[in-house]
Amino acid sequence: MTTLVTGIGVAAPGGLGVGEFWPAVLAGKSAIAPVRGFDGSGYSVRLAGQIRGFVPERHLPNRLLPQTDRVTQLALTAAEWALADADIGRSLVTTDEMGVVLSNGQGGFEFTHREFHKLWNDGPEEVSVYESFAWFYAANTGQISIRHGLRGPCGVLVGEQAGGLDAIASARRYIRRGTPLVVSGGLDSAFDPWGFLSQTAHGRVSRAEEDWAAFLPFDRGANGYVPGEGGAVLVLEDGTSALDRGVPVYGEIAGYGASFDPRPGSGRKPALKRALERALADAAVEPRDVDVVFADSAGRPDLDRIEAAAISDVFGPQGVPVTAPKAAYGRLGAGGGPLDVATALLAVRESVIPPTAHTLDVPEEYGIDLVTSAAREKDLRTAVVLARGYGGFNSALVVRRFGY
Amino acid sequence: MNRRVVITGIGVRAPGSGNTKEFWDLLSAGRSATRRITFFDPAKFRSQVAGECDFDPELEGLSARRIRRMDRAAQLAVVCAQDALADSGLDAFDGDPGAVGVCIGSAVGAATSLEREYLVLSDSGRRWLVDEDHLSPHMFDYLVPSSMAREVAWEVGAEGPVTMVSTGCTSGIDAVGHAAALIREGTAEAMVAGASDTPISPIVVACFDAIKATTPRIDSPERASRPFDRSRNGFVLAEGAAVFVLEELGHARRRGAHVYAEVAGYATRCNAYHMTGLRTDGREMSIAIDSALVEAKATPEDIDYVNAHGSGTKQNDRHETAAFKRSLGEHAYRVPVSSIKSMVGHSLGAIGSVEIAASLLAMANDVVPPTANLHEADPECDLDYVPLVARELRVDGVLTVGSGFGGFQSAMVLRSLGGAA
Repeated sequence: MTTLVTGIGVAAPGGLGVGEFWPAVLAGKSAIAPVRGFDGSGYSVRLAGQIRGFVPERHLPNRLLPQTDRVTQLALTAAEWALADADIGRSLVTTDEMGVVLSNGQGGFEFTHREFHKLWNDGPEEVSVYESFAWFYAANTGQISIRHGLRGPCGVLVGEQAGGLDAIASARRYIRRGTPLVVSGGLDSAFDPWGFLSQTAHGRVSRAEEDWAAFLPFDRGANGYVPGEGGAVLVLEDGTSALDRGVPVYGEIAGYGASFDPRPGSGRKPALKRALERALADAAVEPRDVDVVFADSAGRPDLDRIEAAAISDVFGPQGVPVTAPKAAYGRLGAGGGPLDVATALLAVRESVIPPTAHTLDVPEEYGIDLVTSAAREKDLRTAVVLARGYGGFNSALVVRRFGY
Repeated sequence: MNRRVVITGIGVRAPGSGNTKEFWDLLSAGRSATRRITFFDPAKFRSQVAGECDFDPELEGLSARRIRRMDRAAQLAVVCAQDALADSGLDAFDGDPGAVGVCIGSAVGAATSLEREYLVLSDSGRRWLVDEDHLSPHMFDYLVPSSMAREVAWEVGAEGPVTMVSTGCTSGIDAVGHAAALIREGTAEAMVAGASDTPISPIVVACFDAIKATTPRIDSPERASRPFDRSRNGFVLAEGAAVFVLEELGHARRRGAHVYAEVAGYATRCNAYHMTGLRTDGREMSIAIDSALVEAKATPEDIDYVNAHGSGTKQNDRHETAAFKRSLGEHAYRVPVSSIKSMVGHSLGAIGSVEIAASLLAMANDVVPPTANLHEADPECDLDYVPLVARELRVDGVLTVGSGFGGFQSAMVLRSLGGAA
């Protein structure tokens, strides 16, 4: 049973909606800027990939605004776009059978920070009646299900940056077992002062002050990453259902694999390569059939080296074009993988590989053909998306042009 | 390919229960372990009772370094995983660690550590612009709670699929259901799966106070959780964890492992109705139950015991009673139904797994745990809720269900391998 993507909704630092996002990504336009929303001048990390110009009132009914965090507002908006894109009003199945499986790793953090502040300054009676369901990781899935009347299988997966691919794989699993349509993807946002600072606590975030110097995946000068917000929502649909109603198709979710890195100090090898191999096997494609790899791109030499080795081991040295569009807008946590999947589907549709912004100097020994500086035109049929979550989570997803 | 998934190991920490045996002793005696909150002074809160674990990570053998790093929920998950592995005899390194995965559920993740770190960073709430000088190097782990799954994976030595499920109060069923699906499709041969939540912290207590979901009863704490009783007025917040070893049946048999039960059927549905409200007719929970029965190829008569969500809120217990009637028909009036939340409280995302543990032990002992504190049933709750006293009964098939904020409804069918179900 084939799993097709028939709708995409993007809420990303590079653009709100596919129409804004895709040209920005193709141009490698930087969306990295000094953190906004509070005075961040006292913090050692200065840059962030934040979404600009999102006015929730324009997208959501008033009653939803007080009960939702920014991440849920972004998720509801992206989901509405994706469902409209897929034209589900013309679907032959009822929303009772449609599911929702999303990833979220940081909860409704800004909202909950305000409630912590109220609790400890004004007492428990001041805590919002909405806190119990605006905070938790399942808020986005629940709110999307309610807003669109989706009563099928539902789920929420957390795996930091890998979780978004895991959610798409879980949605695909439901489709293969008979659910006709599943809304999937992932988003994160935590850009209140506490959320921002928390995102930097593991020391993997760049302290650079210039946007072009902060997030340089696979560059000799890589010095960390820039945390960002947002992500993508995709409408996944069973092939028969999609074709019956004649809706345009972006492509196919063709394969998936996951693995986990051994405990540091165990002497065992990192497991990313295994996730990649599993995804290729699941999609029944050979490495030579893959036209482009969207890299996880941690932006630290030790982690970039592990990823470069996995890619060049599987595809051969310089064996496949590799790109990291996220260099322009940052790592989005749960949103990162789904946004890369959306980008990969658009790239395959248009046969063009978006560039890795900022990175210029890739060490020869990495053995990868990184698309830098400008987009590269190439006939694309099959793309691989890699994602790694902090702590050792590895996921890989294969997307393919439909009908190929 | 018809791969069957079985459970071969159990680890539990719950209020009044430092291990699996104590847990079963508590349940089969019908004893309630809820008490006035001791973790902080609850005087300013509407609800002041909780199910707390007397859990000492040092006595459990965790190193000082791990205790410092891990949130309490992760600590509970790790010791439960240790127990489950010891119980099942599984060693990831005996075979291919890449064929062993982990899936841990939690509703509120590292809530306890978040609140502790918040107080440090904000100078007890005074600073909105939190102070970087006091930032813990582990703060990212508390922000993104998949750190809990990582800790369990390191304990197990798993290098297969590792993830966390966070569907609120159905997480504990959904994590086990997700793990079973991975084994069934061949992605993993064995999964260490379960759930953990430690929400007894002022912010979480305040959350549920705000919507009056938890009980305001403060007079006799051990009698505060009263599922299905006419006098029930909210749930009792609790902490706890349960973790299992799940394996493909052939994998378990080749090792000669003891099998508790088969994970025969599972389903989850959104009700698309309300973030906290439930329709009285129980329709969506009933659809989840029906789907789980279909997957298990079971009829209502194959169910010998229903482990209810039974949270003790006015709306849940009626909603759920209606769902059982819709799905099980006349059998709903004959089959014993009970809620162990009457004894161990409601540990949010963990409770689904804690209830799976109770279900497995009911099958192992052929005893159905009672609903404690049930003296006079709500007239609209007219099933056999096994009030006060455990009941001896052959238990080969169990239905366990959960319901939670966001509109999630989950159901799982467990069946003994020798049983007729």
